[in-house]
Amino acid sequence: MFAYYLDLARRSFRRNLALTVLMVVAIAFGVGASMTTLTVLHVLAADPIPGKSHQLYRVQLEPRKANGARPGDEPPDQVGYDDGEGLLRAARAERQAWMTGGGTTIQPDRADLKPFVITGRWTSADFFAMFDAPFAAGGAWTAADDAGHARVAVITRTLAEKVFGTTDAVGKSLRVGGAPLRITGVLERWSPQPHFYDLDAGTYGVKEEILVPMTTALELKYSHQGGTNCWGPSPDGNSQAPGAPCVWSQFWVELGSPAKADAYREFLVKYSLEQKAAGRFQRDPAVRLRDVTDWLVYRQVVPSDAKLQTWIALGFLLVCLINTVGLLLTKFLRRSGEIGVRRALGASKRSIFFQLLVEAGTIGVAGGALGLGLAWAGLWAVRHQPTSYAELAQLDLPMLAATFALAVFASLLAGLLPAWRGCQVTPAIQLKSH
Amino acid sequence: MLHMKDVSKVYRTEMVETHAVRNLTLEVQAGEFVAVTGPSGSGKTTFLNIAGLLEELTGGTYLLDGIDIKQLDDRARSKLRNEKIGFIFQAFNLIPDLNLFDNVDVPLRYRRLTRGERRKRIEGALERVGLASRIRHYPAELSGGQQQRVAIARAIAGSPTLLLADEPTGNLDSAMAREVMQLLEQLNEQGTIVVIVTHDPEIAARAQRNVHVVDGVATDLERAPSLVRPTLAAAATGAQAG
Repeated sequence: MFAYYLDLARRSFRRNLALTVLMVVAIAFGVGASMTTLTVLHVLAADPIPGKSHQLYRVQLEPRKANGARPGDEPPDQVGYDDGEGLLRAARAERQAWMTGGGTTIQPDRADLKPFVITGRWTSADFFAMFDAPFAAGGAWTAADDAGHARVAVITRTLAEKVFGTTDAVGKSLRVGGAPLRITGVLERWSPQPHFYDLDAGTYGVKEEILVPMTTALELKYSHQGGTNCWGPSPDGNSQAPGAPCVWSQFWVELGSPAKADAYREFLVKYSLEQKAAGRFQRDPAVRLRDVTDWLVYRQVVPSDAKLQTWIALGFLLVCLINTVGLLLTKFLRRSGEIGVRRALGASKRSIFFQLLVEAGTIGVAGGALGLGLAWAGLWAVRHQPTSYAELAQLDLPMLAATFALAVFASLLAGLLPAWRGCQVTPAIQLKSH
Repeated sequence: MLHMKDVSKVYRTEMVETHAVRNLTLEVQAGEFVAVTGPSGSGKTTFLNIAGLLEELTGGTYLLDGIDIKQLDDRARSKLRNEKIGFIFQAFNLIPDLNLFDNVDVPLRYRRLTRGERRKRIEGALERVGLASRIRHYPAELSGGQQQRVAIARAIAGSPTLLLADEPTGNLDSAMAREVMQLLEQLNEQGTIVVIVTHDPEIAARAQRNVHVVDGVATDLERAPSLVRPTLAAAATGAQAG
């Protein structure tokens, strides 16, 4: 019967072409606008590290002075040198990474390549395994390299190809910020979106070309990029120095189970109490251990205007649907005579209901196809906006499927009432007045 | 075949209660040709709609081929209607954007027959009404009489045991009306029960039996020799003479 209903739908479209086109266009615009904004939202709210987003935790401590404390204060997002270095040394998690964003200069040996500035990350050895950074060649440096301020680095495939003309750069030396560093590994192109592990360095579209041990970067005085908060003067004016009353770096831990997370939280409380006893912390312990998902929510990563736009677009879709309901109602009730004849000839209410619903669904498929084109055009427009996430606005396969699903679902939803009304037509009245 | 006992139909609105049919008792046996007559608004069509399972009755009992229709839901009723009843309407009620083949196909579609079986029945029905050569034509390309013949083909394609006709000649001139009546009589001769609602005394006179409805009350008129339908041959002669 489905094929028969499809054929009847096709005939019906031909009979009321203008009305059909109007409905297809209404659904297409609603779906196109919704899918454009939903795709942007989908990209912005995507899980940057699926599979591990509930095992990686951002550490927050409360090292600030007591003066100015208010009830309900959240501890700072970042940590300073002492806590970063202390927690790294304590190594109480399965893995831990201390890190900050930075910038430095690359001085290639090649005569044809002038020195250039790049963005990098100063971190510790576990970073790569924790964040599933994919290596094209070589591997990470070791914890011993961290401790020994080793002159090592991991670079991206892009940088390796630019400087060495090949990804086979492991073991080679690269002059970074005036010092020669030995390449231990080359990363594939890798750029988690959003840039969850350091949102202060940028939320979307951050590209870090080189990774160097934190200890090495501090020793070589590579510049720091990102937010710094201080609550007192730093020794020699260096906010990253040991003892500086500042936060400027991030600390992440990997904990394989909720029990391990609880244990680590307890450790952080104990650590805070010890720091308070030693006079370094002034406030009562306030520790936070948020996994990636919670962290992104806490930091309100998805821009509020993207959410607002999505709601507006969904509202627009609703208006389009209400219009479609009206048009379908008109279309179906205009065919009351035919429905009456079909009922008299043996069609049950259910058959009529499904016949009309198939017609509505077919309009949805056509609306979906056109809506897809409109969504594609909408995303093209988004990509030309001056926003950090512009280049991410691409229609992927799940969203493509979702576009069709939304169009068909929307049209079926719009078709429910008209189809119900249609199948309730009293055949006896229609047959006499037909 | 058709057994109605004390059947009533009441239409209720907030202000008015209209008794369209009151305590109608009627039995129609296999092979009968019944004319239902009566003035406009007397309840003839309501009776036909109840008989055709298009309206629910308010009171009484209706057994169709031994099945109590009050016990059936919409699906079972539709199935019964599809298999046992054929309808012929005054206004033909063909679907304008379907050609003759597809129009006759409509009741067969709801019976889930194979494509081959449907084709055989459609072609057979159209042949029977003399329109096999117009199978791909659309209703608008036919005369009124031809359209009614298509409607008859549609009604008989499913081989129903009961044909219900509501003023089937009402929109036709006398020559076409005769043609249609001959067709109905032929079908009756071949065993199909025909119940026809009509205003026309001439048509009623051709039925074996007359039921007169006034104010929703049906009276089964005694079968007088003058009401007995003449034989087909005599009717044809009469038609030529008239």
